[in-house]
Amino acid sequence: MKGRNEMGKKINIWVVITGAVIGIAALALTAFGNPANMGFCIACFLRDIAGATKLHTTAVVQYVRPEIIGIVLGSTIMAAATGQFKGRAGSSPAIRFLLGGFVMIGALVFLGCPLRMVIRMGGGDLNAFVGLAGFAIGILIGVFFLKKGFSLKRSYEVRGIEKVALPGAMVVLLVLFIAVPTIFAFSESGPGSKHAPVWLALVIALIVGALAQKSRICMVGGMRDAFMFKDFNLLSGFLVIFVVVLVGNVILGNFKGFSTYLQPIAHASQLWNLMGMVIVGWGSVLLGGCPLRQLILAGEGNGDSAITVFGMIVGAAFAHNFKLAGNAASLTDDVYSAGGITNFGQVAVIIILVALLVVSIVNIPKKEGN
Amino acid sequence: MLDARGLSCPLPVVMVQKEVKKNSPQELTVLADNKVAVENVSRFAINNGYAVEVSEDNGEYSIKLTKQ
Repeated sequence: MKGRNEMGKKINIWVVITGAVIGIAALALTAFGNPANMGFCIACFLRDIAGATKLHTTAVVQYVRPEIIGIVLGSTIMAAATGQFKGRAGSSPAIRFLLGGFVMIGALVFLGCPLRMVIRMGGGDLNAFVGLAGFAIGILIGVFFLKKGFSLKRSYEVRGIEKVALPGAMVVLLVLFIAVPTIFAFSESGPGSKHAPVWLALVIALIVGALAQKSRICMVGGMRDAFMFKDFNLLSGFLVIFVVVLVGNVILGNFKGFSTYLQPIAHASQLWNLMGMVIVGWGSVLLGGCPLRQLILAGEGNGDSAITVFGMIVGAAFAHNFKLAGNAASLTDDVYSAGGITNFGQVAVIIILVALLVVSIVNIPKKEGN
Repeated sequence: MLDARGLSCPLPVVMVQKEVKKNSPQELTVLADNKVAVENVSRFAINNGYAVEVSEDNGEYSIKLTKQ
């Protein structure tokens, strides 16, 4: 066990290191081919995998993103090396599957998971600051229900191969991607066609996954713990990513000031930027972690997080099959479109908010409900 | 005695926070079964004026908090 002083420290150095490495890795991946302001985006990359495996057929967002595979397996390796690779499951798995889908749809309405939100902020995208406001509101709503006693109930130790569900799936995906890539669909244009070299992305993601497992960095945990316990440990990682990406973009000459206008793979329909991230913040608090954290926990053998990730992949397929995802701003023949979401997307957002409210209320124990 | 076994963070810390606010106990034992919960409960306790003693038995942890 660690000494008393080390445990009481307000900020863990590993969170700061992980934040810095994620920031640098995001800049590097974009420099080597990933879309702008998308060095990492857990939601977008799971969506691309859903496209590559033909769960949806939106031609511009189909690619087997090695970043997802690397993050999960990096977590598995670090957890195994430190004796933390353990099978756990049984905490409301079906509800977690649905919540994973909801969080994904909210993220695709905004066009990014919380990690990409921070990366977009560091790229000067003011729309992402509106997303941040929504994210904070969502987290506050989630915290309100946590304080009321909200819980998806306890998990249990599970033996056998439950713990390798997601890491195993990632190994199979990687082998198929390398051995028989022709079975997958790959974008020829659009964000899905832009990617860093496979091995570079995989190695960087393995490092990020291992560090994220060690530090437990979590985009939603930062604000949640700050609001609930005045604990700023995880929030420090969030802030470090923002600062590193911002400074890095300035140094690399990518930074053109803060603006809402024509930002890469982003729209300026602010109500829906806000509402999308309300869903992500709220849903992630109920799940106990952001999409990145779900990948890491699943990598550690947590079956509840694995089912959440599968829910996110299905949510991504729904988002594109039913045209719920945001459409990016564009400039075609000098005609500017601010982008936004369809009426279907707007209805979906409202339905999901109602569903989150129901899930939040019914999981408060009666005796603690008042 | 609080049983936080099987609960993932932040729920163990929420339990401890509730108990500390409600009863400000001199001593409190918290059971947990994962290291994240142990570290988060310990951090919360230390920052709220408790001494922390952790013992482990076969993957289950007993966290003893004593008011300082």
